[in-house]
Amino acid sequence: MRSHVPAGRPSQLFRNLNSKIASIPMILIAVGVFLGGTIWTVLYSFTRSGLLPRLSFVGLDQYERLWAAPRWIISIQNLAIYGILSLIFSLAIGFLLAALMDQKIRFENTFRTIFLYPFALSFIVTGLVWQWILNPEYGVQSVVRSLGWTTFEFDPLYNPEIVIYGVLIAGLWQGTGLVMCLMLAGLRGIDEDIWKASRVDGIPMWRTYIFIVIPMMRPVFITTLVIIASGIVKVYDLVVAQTSGGPGIASEVPAKYVYDYMFQAQNLGQGFAASTMMLLTVAIIIIPWAYLEFGGRKRG
Amino acid sequence: MANSSALQSATSGPDALSGRLGSGPSGRKPRRMLSRRNIILYGLLGLAALYYLLPLYVMIVTSMKGMPEIRLGNIFSPPVEITFEPWAKAWSSACTGLNCDGLSRGFWNSVRILVPSVAVSIAVASVSGYALANWRFKGSNVFFSILIVGAFIPYQVMIYPIVILLRELGIYGTLTGLVIVHTIFGMPILTLLFRNYFTSLPEELFKAARIDGAGFWQIYFRIMLPMALPIFVVAMILQVTGIWNDFLFGVVFTRPDSYPMTVQLNNIVNSVQGVKEYNVNMAATLLTGAVPLIVYFVSGRLFVRGIAAGAVKG
Amino acid sequence: MRALRAILVASVMLPAVHASATDLEVTHWWTSGGEAAAVKELATAFDATGNKWIDGAIAGSGGTARPIMISRITGGDPMGATQFNHGRQAEELAKSGMMRDLTAVAEKEKWKDIIKPASLLASCTIDGKIYCAPVNIHSWQWLWLSNAAFKTAGVAVPKNWDEFVAAAPALEKAGIIPLAIGGQPWQSTGAFNVLMIAIAGKPTFEKVFSDKDEKVAAGPEIAKVFKAADDARRMSKGSNVQDWNQATNMVITAKAGGQIMGDWAQGEFALAKQKAGVDYTCLPGLGVNEVISTDGDAFYFPVLKDAAKSKAQEALASTIVSPKVQVAFNLKKGSLPIRGDIDLAAANDCMKKGLEILAKGNVVRSVNQLVSADTQKQLEDLFSEFFAKPSMTPVDAQKRFAAIIASAD
Repeated sequence: MRSHVPAGRPSQLFRNLNSKIASIPMILIAVGVFLGGTIWTVLYSFTRSGLLPRLSFVGLDQYERLWAAPRWIISIQNLAIYGILSLIFSLAIGFLLAALMDQKIRFENTFRTIFLYPFALSFIVTGLVWQWILNPEYGVQSVVRSLGWTTFEFDPLYNPEIVIYGVLIAGLWQGTGLVMCLMLAGLRGIDEDIWKASRVDGIPMWRTYIFIVIPMMRPVFITTLVIIASGIVKVYDLVVAQTSGGPGIASEVPAKYVYDYMFQAQNLGQGFAASTMMLLTVAIIIIPWAYLEFGGRKRG
Repeated sequence: MANSSALQSATSGPDALSGRLGSGPSGRKPRRMLSRRNIILYGLLGLAALYYLLPLYVMIVTSMKGMPEIRLGNIFSPPVEITFEPWAKAWSSACTGLNCDGLSRGFWNSVRILVPSVAVSIAVASVSGYALANWRFKGSNVFFSILIVGAFIPYQVMIYPIVILLRELGIYGTLTGLVIVHTIFGMPILTLLFRNYFTSLPEELFKAARIDGAGFWQIYFRIMLPMALPIFVVAMILQVTGIWNDFLFGVVFTRPDSYPMTVQLNNIVNSVQGVKEYNVNMAATLLTGAVPLIVYFVSGRLFVRGIAAGAVKG
Repeated sequence: MRALRAILVASVMLPAVHASATDLEVTHWWTSGGEAAAVKELATAFDATGNKWIDGAIAGSGGTARPIMISRITGGDPMGATQFNHGRQAEELAKSGMMRDLTAVAEKEKWKDIIKPASLLASCTIDGKIYCAPVNIHSWQWLWLSNAAFKTAGVAVPKNWDEFVAAAPALEKAGIIPLAIGGQPWQSTGAFNVLMIAIAGKPTFEKVFSDKDEKVAAGPEIAKVFKAADDARRMSKGSNVQDWNQATNMVITAKAGGQIMGDWAQGEFALAKQKAGVDYTCLPGLGVNEVISTDGDAFYFPVLKDAAKSKAQEALASTIVSPKVQVAFNLKKGSLPIRGDIDLAAANDCMKKGLEILAKGNVVRSVNQLVSADTQKQLEDLFSEFFAKPSMTPVDAQKRFAAIIASAD
């Protein structure tokens, strides 16, 4: 888009030399670290590497074992539940909050700060706080019980059936503020005339949002979707801080499986096989998006 | 940093800075204060605010209670007797193993890691973003695409390759090594941010400078940098919070005497000597979160504006 | 105060300081109250040699700490010394030449004659070379009971596992959780292994973990163990804690009837000023089968380039096995010393029981020494799931157990 000087002119090489030199760190990082590291990981996932990497190939053994491991299956299920719900709720809550904020309200700055501040805190902190609030002995459960409802039960972190929702509550708390900000920025980009026109036509506000505004915000939604999705694949710290994967293995996630098997079990091959499966998931998410964003249209 | 990783849309219109940004909210005109609409509106916002504020409230309140009060009372009640002892303990005397100097040591370690990491990563990324936006060369988009995919790779997956890389470079365990690691993982999102921003600046500026014979660096320093303040603010906020909050790299790539604050927070919280001292834990948590929190409270407004300018327009 | 002590130490040590004073960073995961007190003894003794102990404690149990230690060793920035559970955790590091061979020090100080039981040193030995200095013997096979809890429930303090299970309903009635088990995976796994030795006996235990005999693992003896584990699971319902010492604290405060935990729990009782036999009761081998394992900790020393630091490593290694340190350290830690030639007169009743069993030779090698970290992790995944998920039947769990043993290495 900005290559103003048509490529192919002989002086081009020298004129862009500075740009190439300036891009060396980027190229090194892209190729040397991300690409190299990925290839290296995939390669060693076919080996029997223990504590140290070594090239003794065992074919697909690591993958067979991975998909036979109950913990991996639970991790995948948890990621799916957490991922889908997290996507839906972050988008819904984020958009709703942004729409409310966009109503010429008073104290807009205050509300925005309140919704956004959790994003400044790490997942470790988020996990610790919510572990504390959801602790049945001290937290919400005991408070409700002390108000007289003595049979009230709310202990998501100690109930394997619902623990992943306890993690979700904390994850949403940390992340929706940013989604709200992105959505708000998107809403502010919608032309005032659109609102005027729909008001003149007597279209109810909710219909204007759903049928006119949201379709216009497609780029914002795509950006937000990618942000949430990449965060979901990476979820690790939150689980470690909040539940350590427990009770039992009920809140395990794939990234934790990778780390635990690489370092605790001293089975790099198994960890790399799990990594490779995660990279594959990433590819499945990113390639359609990249196609939509880069492949579909040309501009200049 | 984990979930801020893709503040981008690949295309941003040249009109990113125009529009109605900062010119106030849209939507319907306000009516009188106590209408039904306003009650619902502020009711919903207030309810949401409650959910977001609750954990902060609990943290602050708990950190000011003594342990007996915590055991007896509920977590939402304000402290009967306000004590700052947990704060003092968390800062200067909580123990991990034999070290009983709390978080204080970690604070300065974090600062030492933070300053060079933020500076280097932003410098490298802004130049790369500028090159990608204005001086594209053959293959530059391929590298850029690899970088985007890199934004999605879970850090745990990359630890081992990075350990080997740093070992081969002979800088494992040094500050230089850690700065490089932060630069690497900050690279994808920052480059995207800068690239989008520079792409959205008016083309004429660049053309005029070229006609005047200005080169790569001249245009960068004289024209682009002065105009890029909003996006530098966003990048800075993201990096300060991301690097300050980092635990994984801090623990794997440093030695105990230079552990950042987050690692010491984990150590304090997980070193249970007898009963869990929830008040000290909460005070430690707040102290650790203070720097990024202050950054957000002070510059949250600029952050939102910067995001709108560099990331959202399509 | 600290400054004053520093000056005093410096003035005494001055000559030595000039000769060989070196900072040596030591990483470990001893962060509970009793553990930290024990480390202090070790550090003080080491500092007295004219070197300086730089403490690198990493909190959150070995599972958190070991990855960090291993990354640093493989990353080429090793610490001066590091704790591991002796057994197979550092096997590969040693084989690849990253750990220091201590054979010379061991021969000079005649470790072979001093260290008892011999299996401890054997665990440090790889291809005929000694790579670690064992610091203590820990045994897993203990049931800790709160005398106060049983008094509240109005039943006698049990003398073995069966009586304990029988007393559970009375405890529950009194609002006491019968058995405290922390949520970290290694705790439920350890409890299961303890049940196995107590109920199925030493030969079966060895067939399963040493010979990796899949048939025995799937057989009726182990089925009985799973049945007992099922009881334990029921009795532990409601112990919502993570760390082992939080669970021990429940026993100390009589919120729980008992805990299956290694002898390191003793350090916590001591710190709470509780007396064995008066405030709490300990049953080795769950009161059924008085056999203890020789788990424990050992220090490994990465290969360092710095000659002065290498010298300091030797000093630390000999400090660790020296009689004085052995007594001081193990009394604080609640573990047994690694040498048979010292007098532990100050030991309490429980430790004395342990020493007697040790003297009789009723020991087994620990699971850590018998299976790889990989197998251990798979077992942990299985047992943490089993203990947290009531819907998983003992039969299903045993099937998975047998499968893990079949593929174990």
